[in-house]
Amino acid sequence: MTTVLELRGISKRFGAVQALTDVDLKVDAGEVVALVGDNGAGKSTLIKVISGVITPDGGSITWEGKPTNITRPHDAQTLGIATVFQDLALCDNLDVVGNLYLGRELGSGGVLDEIEMEKRARELLRTLSVKIPSVRIAIASLSGGQRQSVAIARSLLGQPKIVLLDEPTAALGVEQTAQVLDLIERLREQGLGVILISHNLADVRAVADRVVVLRLGKNGGNFRVADVTHEQIVAAITGAQDNVVARRQARTSRKGEGEEAKA
Amino acid sequence: MSTEVKDPTSAAVDPRLLVRESGVKGYIDDFQRRLKGGDLGALPVAIGLIIIWVTFYSLNENFLAPQNLSNLALQIAATGTISVGIVLVLLLGEIDLAVGSVSGLTGAVLAVLNVNQGMSAGVAILAALVAGAVVGALHGFFFARVGVPSFIVTLAGLIGWQGLQLYVLGKEGTINLPYEGGVAMLTHTFFPHAVGYLIGAVIVVVYLLLDMAGARRRAKAGLPTRPISESVVRALLIAVAIFVAVYVLNQAEGLPLALVIFVGFVASFDWILRRTRYGRMIFAVGGNAEAASRAGINVRWIRISVYILSSVMGAAGGVMAASRLFAVNQSSGGNNELLNAIAAAVIGGTSLFGGRGSTYSALLGMLVIGSISNGMYLVQLDSSVQFMITGSVLLAAVVIDSVSRRGRQSSGRA
Repeated sequence: MTTVLELRGISKRFGAVQALTDVDLKVDAGEVVALVGDNGAGKSTLIKVISGVITPDGGSITWEGKPTNITRPHDAQTLGIATVFQDLALCDNLDVVGNLYLGRELGSGGVLDEIEMEKRARELLRTLSVKIPSVRIAIASLSGGQRQSVAIARSLLGQPKIVLLDEPTAALGVEQTAQVLDLIERLREQGLGVILISHNLADVRAVADRVVVLRLGKNGGNFRVADVTHEQIVAAITGAQDNVVARRQARTSRKGEGEEAKA
Repeated sequence: MSTEVKDPTSAAVDPRLLVRESGVKGYIDDFQRRLKGGDLGALPVAIGLIIIWVTFYSLNENFLAPQNLSNLALQIAATGTISVGIVLVLLLGEIDLAVGSVSGLTGAVLAVLNVNQGMSAGVAILAALVAGAVVGALHGFFFARVGVPSFIVTLAGLIGWQGLQLYVLGKEGTINLPYEGGVAMLTHTFFPHAVGYLIGAVIVVVYLLLDMAGARRRAKAGLPTRPISESVVRALLIAVAIFVAVYVLNQAEGLPLALVIFVGFVASFDWILRRTRYGRMIFAVGGNAEAASRAGINVRWIRISVYILSSVMGAAGGVMAASRLFAVNQSSGGNNELLNAIAAAVIGGTSLFGGRGSTYSALLGMLVIGSISNGMYLVQLDSSVQFMITGSVLLAAVVIDSVSRRGRQSSGRA
């Protein structure tokens, strides 16, 4: 699989705080990479670097094999990076079509082409198997999972190659979470690279191909989901491995299985 | 991304979805659901208006006489025009307290240019509207650019522009407009009977044609369409309303130009709000400014432009008020002009919380307020009672807004 986005040695300093130190991250097309870590581990900072909200102090970003710079959100969008933020950027009073096309309405001469927008919105939601009562219903009437689905669907209208999802299942119920996870799998089927930030390791294990752990602003681990246990991820997040006892246990019991590229 | 359907069954409908049944039962179910959910729309106002009309008619039969209804139409046109601008500001979730003063100021500008400077009516009206736009741009600048709360910016405007109005009017304080002048014609022109019916017929035919063209395009695109019967019933209702109104007005002097201007503003701004990119942006900023900004909408520019429009509509209302009174004086735009304009928008159903409403609420709300003051004048109630009743109606309207908002929240639609 081709690598779409690759970050190498990313560092970012805010005053006295070294938020990121030499962080690497690689996303292939059709791959779901989960970015996990405790609060303050640098997940949000890394996401902001990728989406162009902040510029890193050091390191390099490669897009489809070519070195590139992302200095503002617009750069990220033109490259093909779509970000779905944690606090959904939807307008409750507009209907689903209105929200999907907000800021990029179809039409000519300032007059909206509602029919074309509605048609394409229905097609888009059908491709993603998003279930909502009607595309003409106000966002306020939808459940949390449906809203999240609409927010994700909206990010796809710009035809991105990478989708960044910041805590898409936070505050969602069991069934709604399943809807969103289904949607993430559908993004993968369509060959998109997905970066998923989540605190919920069950979700991560359910949907991600790879788990990248950040700890205190550094790479804390990079596992294939298939060959890592829940406990190992937790250990990497909390740093429980970073002591003599744990390291010894790891050597004797697992013989190095699972970890392929611990930084 | 491919848009073809991979698996048609995957689009299966969630069994809990609200599917509207066809036929009359569907409409009744839909109506009951909306009632419970607090999605009342124009219903409370329409009921309130009927109660008001029946009450005043039983107190004084002249209330529903053609001549009085014709007067009512003229009475609401000026303040109603101002109220259309207020609706736009309320949609942003903001307030414009200066529109009354702006209407007085621009009326003064109009009178000075038209009478003292001898400019033609058209140029003077244009200058008044431009003056309104400049004032609105100032409000917008201080609110959207500098970041002063809109309440304070326009409160300063309320006081300041009134001062400028007195200054512009000069020592005498009153400027009379010629009875036969172009400005006076605005509110003292009545269409001949046949022309009135013709205007009504054109509106109905255009509405029906647009509706049918839209339905055909939707059908062609494979989208769910309203049944033809519904379109026809809607067109019929509109036709009946328009022709009854024109018939009644024809029993008096005929269809007044001022009413056509007012309703024209209402309909055009409604079209702009619902059918253009600009209108969509106004709703988006009013619903969630942060989301609008992230979607690439220039929130600052939308806010400034809406304040410009609000003041321009204030100016248009000022021109119409001056035209109706044949004069501009120191109290023009004072009195209750501002409060009535805001009350009308809110009574008509535009939410104070932003993002919900329609310019038709200016028309409906103005009919309510106009009917109350007209009726009370007719049954010779003291103005003290009039103020108290208008205040109560405004409070009732805001209570309905707040309660229905709570209803929407509890049924997950806030």
